[in-house]
Amino acid sequence: MSDTLNSPLQPVLSVENITTEFRINGAWHPAVRDLSFSVKPNETLAIVGESGCGKSITALSVMRLISKTQGRISSGSIRLQGRDLLACSEREMEAIRGDAMSMIFQEPMTSLNPVMTIGDQIAESLRYHRGLSRRQANARALELLELVKIPSAPSRFKDYPHQFSGGMRQRVMIAMALACDPQLLLADEPTTALDVTIQVQILALLAELKERTGMAMVFITHNLGVVASIADRVAVMYGGRIIEEAPVEQLFDRPTHPYTEALLRSMPRVDRDRSELHPIPGQVPPITVRTPGCRYADRCPLRIERCIREVPPLAPVGGNPHHTARCWVRADLPVQESIAS
Amino acid sequence: MLAYTLKRLLVAIPTLLGVLTIVFFLVRVAPGDPAIVILGENATQVAIDQLREQLGLNKPLMEQYFSFIGAIAQGDFGRSMISNQPVLTEVLRVLPYTLELTAASLIIGIVLGLPLGVIAARYRNTWIDFSIRFFSLLGLSFPAFISAILLLLAFAIELRWFPVIGEAAYADPVQRLRALILPSLNLGLIMVAYITRVTRSSMLTVISEDYIRTARAKGVPARMVIWRHTLRNALIPIVTVIGLYLGVLIGNSVLTEMVFNRPGLGKLIVIALNARDYTTLQAMLVIYAFFIVLANLITDLLYGVIDPKVRHQ
Repeated sequence: MSDTLNSPLQPVLSVENITTEFRINGAWHPAVRDLSFSVKPNETLAIVGESGCGKSITALSVMRLISKTQGRISSGSIRLQGRDLLACSEREMEAIRGDAMSMIFQEPMTSLNPVMTIGDQIAESLRYHRGLSRRQANARALELLELVKIPSAPSRFKDYPHQFSGGMRQRVMIAMALACDPQLLLADEPTTALDVTIQVQILALLAELKERTGMAMVFITHNLGVVASIADRVAVMYGGRIIEEAPVEQLFDRPTHPYTEALLRSMPRVDRDRSELHPIPGQVPPITVRTPGCRYADRCPLRIERCIREVPPLAPVGGNPHHTARCWVRADLPVQESIAS
Repeated sequence: MLAYTLKRLLVAIPTLLGVLTIVFFLVRVAPGDPAIVILGENATQVAIDQLREQLGLNKPLMEQYFSFIGAIAQGDFGRSMISNQPVLTEVLRVLPYTLELTAASLIIGIVLGLPLGVIAARYRNTWIDFSIRFFSLLGLSFPAFISAILLLLAFAIELRWFPVIGEAAYADPVQRLRALILPSLNLGLIMVAYITRVTRSSMLTVISEDYIRTARAKGVPARMVIWRHTLRNALIPIVTVIGLYLGVLIGNSVLTEMVFNRPGLGKLIVIALNARDYTTLQAMLVIYAFFIVLANLITDLLYGVIDPKVRHQ
């Protein structure tokens, strides 16, 4: 873990107030609402949340990979090293994807093209982005296979994805993503489909590569154990919004939003009895349900009347500007504001 | 790949043998003595016995069966009951015409159908997609003999670009090619319709696969995502349909050869049917079965070429 929290470095990625909507039965419903975050070089931001909270949609929005026929980013801005991605044409995006920023996905078993060799799939982005000849691209692709520690890489270069195990495929995905030395890597649950020992290896590999290249990483997961081992900062998402954001130690020490608290309580831990596991009652509201207030309100034990009426803003917690939460009850919100309406 | 090829070849042999067995018993099970059917109700007993002797019908069934298989294994399909010529000679004389017709319509089908299907998938739910789908549906609903007559009316009779009936001119290669164009268009356009539809739906299935998203995330240009990543994966169902459609093509070639008055297997079988030429019919059944088995074999081998998973099994 690196000490980048107070560094003056400019963020690699800054996302401001984006809303991503999907069209369901003719009406647009937001899956990501008014979302802002940023990541600096050599920093790992973990985005945590249950399935359906909008964390993958966030990453796909940054990549501009939301299907045009079903979805749209209706407001906000996404800047990659100052460049406004929402203003880029599709062709410009093609030049950025896989070069300045890249993404790895959850399903290593289905995310590689089954009819292309591993070597070709890695060399491909080098040929498009760097204009390398087939030979140069292959040589570099082989180096990348060695970088992600594929055993006897030269002999596996011409193998197809089905000849690789899940963990090895995820290494190939990482090699592909890192081919052009991106400044930003979006990792969408890269270890979720892998068994625990492989998971540890992949996390170690990602941490090592991040340290070596100094890239920024957005790591999406639902697993708080993974967060603890890889992230510098954590953003907790619920119902399409970030509801709490803090440096990793602080989040674990002082979870503030009732949802974060519940999430931590529902996490299995080796040093505690299983009977202490507390699943969160209720369900994430589907995106077609519109609520004027906090989307966690109907599951929240601390709910007050205002929670149902009004969305709380992200406000500092305990006077710390690096730790923010979206909660009328817990965050530092002036009391008079709650009577205003 | 070699092991895979050999395995496919070996599997083809029992299939062919099965077909031969079915053809053999089908003819024997059919009601009536073939000799009487051939010679007619009023034939004399002597003539009937003579024919039975000649056809080998008086021997025990199993002996007939083995000599039938044995003869075919040596390429002896018997003699036509009408012309008394060896059936194989007749078949080999007209086979090139049917083969060139089938090949030409297959090429038209693939060369037009594949890109049209890809374009329809790429621009799905736009007017481009809708018009391609409309015309492919039109192509599917047209019976081959109607479209054949329409083609003849338009291009041979009205515009006079092509000969109406061309059997006399087949010696000259240029004339032969000209005579091929309309019939192969007739069969080919139906093929285009089939291939367009299956290509479109197969492309749409593959487009939503995770690895296509991966390709886009790598920055592969949209055009290459379609042609390089999607199409290759979409080929398996397309090849399957082409393989299956070869059977339909053979059926339609019967109609096409009749309307265009082309020599070919289709025309041969119609003539044999009308003349109750049982030996020829029996041989034609075997030859058609052989071509279907061959088409399946090629389809299987293409699976191996397209899909490394099949190859490595």
